[in-house]
Amino acid sequence: MHDADFISSHRTALDFPDGTQALAGLDLSIGRGEVVSLVGPSGCGKSTLLRLVAGLLQPSKGTLTIAGMEPARARREGHACAFVFQSPTLLPWRTVEANLTLPLELLKLPRTARKARAQELLELVGLSEFRTSYPARLSGGMRMRVSLARALAARPKVLLLDEPFAALDDLTRSRLQEELLSLRVREEVTVLFVTHSVTESVFLSDRVLVLSPRPGRVVGEVAIPFGPERTPDLRSTAEFARLTGCVSRLLATGSAS
Amino acid sequence: MKAFLARALPPLLSAVVFVALWHAWTQAFGIPAYLVPGPSEVLREAWENRADLLPASLVTLAGAVAGFLLSLAVGLAMALVFAQARWIRASLYPYAIFLQTVPIVAVAPLIVLWCGAGFASIVLVSFVLSIFPILSNAVLGLTRIHPELEELFALHDASRFQTLFKLRLPHCVPSVVAGAKVSAGLTVIGAIVGEFFAGYGAHTPGLGTLILQANGQMKTGLLFACVGASTLLGLCVFLATGLVAHLLLRRLEEPESRH
Repeated sequence: MHDADFISSHRTALDFPDGTQALAGLDLSIGRGEVVSLVGPSGCGKSTLLRLVAGLLQPSKGTLTIAGMEPARARREGHACAFVFQSPTLLPWRTVEANLTLPLELLKLPRTARKARAQELLELVGLSEFRTSYPARLSGGMRMRVSLARALAARPKVLLLDEPFAALDDLTRSRLQEELLSLRVREEVTVLFVTHSVTESVFLSDRVLVLSPRPGRVVGEVAIPFGPERTPDLRSTAEFARLTGCVSRLLATGSAS
Repeated sequence: MKAFLARALPPLLSAVVFVALWHAWTQAFGIPAYLVPGPSEVLREAWENRADLLPASLVTLAGAVAGFLLSLAVGLAMALVFAQARWIRASLYPYAIFLQTVPIVAVAPLIVLWCGAGFASIVLVSFVLSIFPILSNAVLGLTRIHPELEELFALHDASRFQTLFKLRLPHCVPSVVAGAKVSAGLTVIGAIVGEFFAGYGAHTPGLGTLILQANGQMKTGLLFACVGASTLLGLCVFLATGLVAHLLLRRLEEPESRH
């Protein structure tokens, strides 16, 4: 196992019980600490791929490994995996703090350790004053921040995000994108990010993978050489425009073929 | 307080108008009191029979509350079994619907036959009538969970036990409460029907027994008073359940949706 293919899939295919092929012959390798975006037309199996990496689904053919192990085993052996869904999926009967510490509770961490971690996470996403609020009282953007912080609670080595910002307004989305960027600088984590937005993929990641329509496979990739420290101004540079153009063209040709 | 008045005033006004029309109608046409007693006649009967009506209401309330608590406990326990696997639901749920469709007046004599006339039978009739809404809603709340929430728990290798106590049970509270609101109304009807069949075995007659007696003796005024007491009792039970529901669920409500 090399750091370069921390997450690695070889000829991975997934067929659903109803016979639809979600993924076919997917090869990919993602380095440790890399942030990779997946873009592709609707229904091309991007979310399915995240669920394979999370070990929530098993490939029908081929292999998919994290640190050389099956995902379900890898996450029990120190390569914890966290998932941020498209909707915040908070538990409405729990306060913000209790939602944040749910993963730690499931891992049976003692109460004092949970409290301490909750404090850190609340500060991280700037929600300290909402510690005892219930999700019903929060705005959509705040709920998504809680969801993000919850994903980080157990210090995952792999962070999977499934269009987490799709339902938010532009302003909130840019703020959360910047928060995500600063997170990756602070936390040692490998990120797989599914999105529909080409600009979002270029702004956030080190590499953009373009998937074909169903059954999904990688039809092209664009390296994004901006490094980990990025500011919002980046979006208005010529280089940024060139890279989004590249991704868009790949998307168009990938969908046509 | 102002908001409360604004909500309480229209129904109160319509009640006043209704009672006035009722009074005027019985007076103007000289309707005999054994057919339709006027409101003053009903109030007089209620006052004269207060020594019977009040204990009868409490007895019926006790039967209804006991039946309600029993259907809550048994309904939740059955729902937990049903929630364990799809095949259990598939093979048992059709028979649970039997509880909903069975004509209670046909089953009540059987219950009396098996359990004897008295409180136990009354509670059982009330239980049979009110369990289904709780059972069906609890099954729904325990099983119809957002798949992503289940994935969240699976991703952290949560045990069956953890998933039950931290996800399924709290998730089913709102639907159980919704079912309990429906059951609360049914449980009073159940207790009164139960008393029709088994009330003669009880120490103190309940409203159902009193209704039978008043009917047999052509005391139409008392009959009306009993109907009024039953309605009030049902209303009280309904309001009490609503209050408990509100206290349980207020944290889950969006601020905008509160009124």
